[in-house]
Amino acid sequence: MTGVVRSRVSPADLLRLGVFGLRTRPGRVVLSALGIAIGIAAMIAVVGISSSSKAKVDQVLDALGTNVLTATQAQGFGETPPLPDTALESVLRQDDVESAAAVGKVTDGAVYRNEFIPAPETKGIGVLAAWGDVPKVLGGAFSSGHWIDDSVDAPPQVVLGADAAEALGIDRVAADTRVWMGGKWVQVVGILKPIELADDLDNQVFVPRGLAEQLGFDGAPSSVYTRIDPERVEQARDLLAGAIRPGSPQDVGVTRPSDALAAKNATNESFTGLLVGIGGVALLVGGIGVANTMVITVLERRAEVGVRRALGARRRNIRDQFLVESLLLSFLGGVAGVVIGVGVTVVFAVGQGWPVAIPVWAVAGGLGATVVIGGVSGLYPAARAARIPPTSALAAV
Amino acid sequence: MTRAPVPGGSGPVLSLRDVTKTYGDVGALRGVTLDVAAGELVAVVGPSGSGKSTMLNIIGTLDRPTDGSVSIAGNDVATMSDDALSGLRAAHIGFVFQHFHLQAGATAAENVADGLLYTGTGRRERHRRAVDALGKVGLGHRVDHRPNQLSGGEKQRVAIARAIVGDPTILLADEPTGALDSASGAAILALLRELNAAGTTVLVITHDLELAASLPRQVRMRDGLVEDDSGARGSVAASAADLAAAIGGVS
Repeated sequence: MTGVVRSRVSPADLLRLGVFGLRTRPGRVVLSALGIAIGIAAMIAVVGISSSSKAKVDQVLDALGTNVLTATQAQGFGETPPLPDTALESVLRQDDVESAAAVGKVTDGAVYRNEFIPAPETKGIGVLAAWGDVPKVLGGAFSSGHWIDDSVDAPPQVVLGADAAEALGIDRVAADTRVWMGGKWVQVVGILKPIELADDLDNQVFVPRGLAEQLGFDGAPSSVYTRIDPERVEQARDLLAGAIRPGSPQDVGVTRPSDALAAKNATNESFTGLLVGIGGVALLVGGIGVANTMVITVLERRAEVGVRRALGARRRNIRDQFLVESLLLSFLGGVAGVVIGVGVTVVFAVGQGWPVAIPVWAVAGGLGATVVIGGVSGLYPAARAARIPPTSALAAV
Repeated sequence: MTRAPVPGGSGPVLSLRDVTKTYGDVGALRGVTLDVAAGELVAVVGPSGSGKSTMLNIIGTLDRPTDGSVSIAGNDVATMSDDALSGLRAAHIGFVFQHFHLQAGATAAENVADGLLYTGTGRRERHRRAVDALGKVGLGHRVDHRPNQLSGGEKQRVAIARAIVGDPTILLADEPTGALDSASGAAILALLRELNAAGTTVLVITHDLELAASLPRQVRMRDGLVEDDSGARGSVAASAADLAAAIGGVS
């Protein structure tokens, strides 16, 4: 054979062909890359937001410490007695306990903005009698004012939890800031910020035991909060129940709030799995969209394929051209998706006051997935294009 | 009229022997024998349905004959794989289409450079030769224009430049003036003559008798057969059998 060589196209030329093929049909590129972009954006955002939330929890735990233990009346089957009145004193006698405070639920207590509010409208705000400096033990902080005088004979006064203050419409403490409790005005001395380690306290108000008794308090603490020597937390966990109820430690439940915080994040993870699944479905649909677009493109470009075959393109040159185009289309969607996903994560995390944490594996995995999707989606259309007969250029008008 | 064979090859650049092509029961070609020597300018003329398009497909190796043998630049098409035929087209055959078939988004130079895309030529070299080829067709000033900025005649010139940029052994033009007004058509024909004078073998497929008559050799097709071949009649090299066949077709 004289002078017949194999037709070949360099990778750079293939890439150029792919870019050219997409550049001349921008509208279609945007629409079909959108599916991929949404899928990748969803996955990146879900993973990013969940990582940022976890980073925030870690940050909070670092700040608050993981050495707080809470003792309550044991939850379980059958009746258990409430904690004894002496619970706080018993706990404070333990060597491992660095500090402790307690609250007791005032069952019939309620707090109102003023005397005209009907009694049933409590907004779900509970009243707690306080022993010791509760926010200090729990790592809480004040947005305004200070803690109550917790001695038995202290004058009537109240500290509002963050949610309770918001519900009552009070955002700062002034000399005349008062609430209506048990038929009289009570001075507000402090407003707490949200307490991360015990968010059930946010919708409560705290009063001295003297005032609590006037409101019908039975004198029994419902929760004892303790801060333990960090080295001795596990041992203290077992000791606390015995210290509070030497005869029947099983009636006392001891929990570690930092575990609950971490667990809350863990439950988020199953939710994350669901969202990642949804993102996966979006990706699948996006992949089908790319395949669909490529099939249409191939149908429209029979004449072009015919011309290229006439110019000397082999079947595989044609196949490669459309495969590269499909890969590029999908990858373009992936890059757009990463940008959108990172943007959503940053906006959301910053809005929540979280640190921004986007794992590199999520970005790399997302882009890798688009390459796979583009390849798989392009296989069939590219094979179809390669089968277009060379006579198509002449047949087409 | 005939010139010396292509260097490196022997005999005609294009040779069909008893070529038939049937689609189902329909015989589009019913035994065509044709030789084209290097440097010829040949018109294949016939009404639609005469089989001239089928013959073009087979000469261009875009399609294979049902029977008979086809040889292009010394290569026996029947023994070649699809990939090898692609290589043959890239190296030896230039195509010009009635409807130009240019890439709408690409410049004239890019379109012409595509004619070398499958030959393994580097990108800079492709561009350089594309600009050269555009110069040869009189479009040196339109290198960076896109097809929608060009007239019909200019588009066809770009297409011709694309066909000749690889220096093909044979240039196949399918109704090259069919989509053009008569002035542009005449200019394109003049260009093809010019290219032929410079050494390119050109085969023009047309249904335009007047155009065909203006070319040195006419092959008249009818009902899948060569009805008349002015080259075979006039050439001393033509065999007695060819002559007899031609006369038989006329009578």
